[in-house]
Amino acid sequence: MQLDQLYQEIILDHYKHPHGRGLRDAEDPAARVAEAHHVNPTCGDEITVRVAADGDRLADISYDGMGCSISQASASVLHELLTGRGAGEAFVVHQAFVELMSGRGQVTPDEDVLGDGVAFAGVARYPARVKCALLPWMAFKDAAARAGVGASPTEVKA
Amino acid sequence: MTSIAIPAGMPQYDDAPRFDVARVRADFPILDREVNGHPLVYLDSANTSHKPRQVLDVLAEHYATHNANVSRSVHTLGTEATEAYEGARAKIAAFVNAPSVDEVVFTKNSTEAINIVAYAFSNASLRPDADPRFRLGPGDEIVISEMEHHSNIVPWQLLAERTGATLRWFPVTDAGRLDESGLEELVTERTKIVSLVHTSNILGTVNATARITERVRQVGALLLLDCSQSVPHMPVDVVDLDADFVVFTGHKMCGPTGIGVLWGRGELLAAMPPVLGGGSMIETVSMARSTFAAPPARFEAGTPPIAEAVALGAAVDYLTGIGMRAIQWHEKELTAYALDALATVPKLRIFGPTVPVGRGGTISFALGDVHPHDVGQVLDSLGVQVRVGHHCAKPVCTRFGVPAMTRASFYLYTTTEEIDALVAGLEQVRKVFD
Repeated sequence: MQLDQLYQEIILDHYKHPHGRGLRDAEDPAARVAEAHHVNPTCGDEITVRVAADGDRLADISYDGMGCSISQASASVLHELLTGRGAGEAFVVHQAFVELMSGRGQVTPDEDVLGDGVAFAGVARYPARVKCALLPWMAFKDAAARAGVGASPTEVKA
Repeated sequence: MTSIAIPAGMPQYDDAPRFDVARVRADFPILDREVNGHPLVYLDSANTSHKPRQVLDVLAEHYATHNANVSRSVHTLGTEATEAYEGARAKIAAFVNAPSVDEVVFTKNSTEAINIVAYAFSNASLRPDADPRFRLGPGDEIVISEMEHHSNIVPWQLLAERTGATLRWFPVTDAGRLDESGLEELVTERTKIVSLVHTSNILGTVNATARITERVRQVGALLLLDCSQSVPHMPVDVVDLDADFVVFTGHKMCGPTGIGVLWGRGELLAAMPPVLGGGSMIETVSMARSTFAAPPARFEAGTPPIAEAVALGAAVDYLTGIGMRAIQWHEKELTAYALDALATVPKLRIFGPTVPVGRGGTISFALGDVHPHDVGQVLDSLGVQVRVGHHCAKPVCTRFGVPAMTRASFYLYTTTEEIDALVAGLEQVRKVFD
């Protein structure tokens, strides 16, 4: 059934039991902390993503928001995939996720890169929902840039 | 079970005007299609209505046999097209009981109609010799409500910014009604225009406008009513409403997209400066200056949506043939049925009036904590088409403390079986997300 492709168990699980939800202060007072607030104007969903950067490492990615299962699960997966990673690595994952979501269901995701993010492959077939999945990732990109972590793999390494 | 007899001489239940819904449905080709393997259950008519064959045929026939530009050709096709276009204007004038055909201005939609009035204010405010009723400046006030569609908020915000006037608004009660308790303080001698929704596109509330109209007349302001959600669903009489401007849109009343209406009192339209300049709206043009045609032409610059207007005329014929009282009654019964049915769904919260009185067939709700996007997606997989999101009425969502709502809306072709399909679909939503 079509609906199962969209609402994979992994997505529903992240939605019902989100990982790393809630905005947190950085453990290390020396960390560079910045956040970005993004909204989806068509549905009113909102998310705030906060990045605490320790040098080139994403020491913590915390978030809070209101939104549908897809956007909230996507934030949970983002937190799990990128927290603790180096910026270069993180943006490889970021780019892979954006490519998957822009692929209209034609891109085969690499589980080694995307982990639970592969569950969003079905979402890419629903153009109306792609924005939901991307909302936290776009907010993360802005927050990371504001925290002084490069905005794309090529720009990384300040 | 006891039955209560309605006393003789009073209107009896069987006197209610009715029509055969199955026959009406047969007029709408799209209602035969399937969505995701299920019969289409279209509960999004407040967004846009479907079009009956009678309208689609007129649209096609116009292009196939009468196509020409209007108001400027002496040839036969041009005359036919002009007659069809002006004939549609006359039908629409009769449909809303406009005292004169010339009071009906064709626009693109309600949004454009409201913007024409707002920009007429703006343009008048720049000219000392303009009619003082349209001149705005610091100290003047524009009054709207918290219940408005964005199309009746943003044009006035922009107008207030341009002129230095102040924007004020009626609040909404917890029950989803317009809060008129502050009427005297809100609408005052400083008020130049009050612009209100007649039927809310999100709460379904039908606003009783008589008290407000009385106050507007007392202070000498103007009144615009956004009837986008009322003209398609009930008899609307602009004389009876005693408004100064009424706007509505064709695509929500079985007509095509791209055609809407601004009705204005003839005397007011004549006092309004033009907004868009161009062909058809002039009296004479020289290189230095121009003079302008009388309304409605003054507000219809450029080639208008001719076939769309003609097809809207056909839509009005179609609706009149069934009877607006009968349509209103059908939707009232559906609304009562739906409110009862939705009350049986666990964790469902209705926003807006929960009784089928003073409301139309548009019902917005929340299903527990499940996000409306997810509700809409599961319903879509079952063929049930509802709208989810903020419905271009974000302040209403904010008022009720939610980012979005799920909305089911009915029309003349909606059946109780479709409401049953919605309720069954909501059970499926709970299975996926609970």
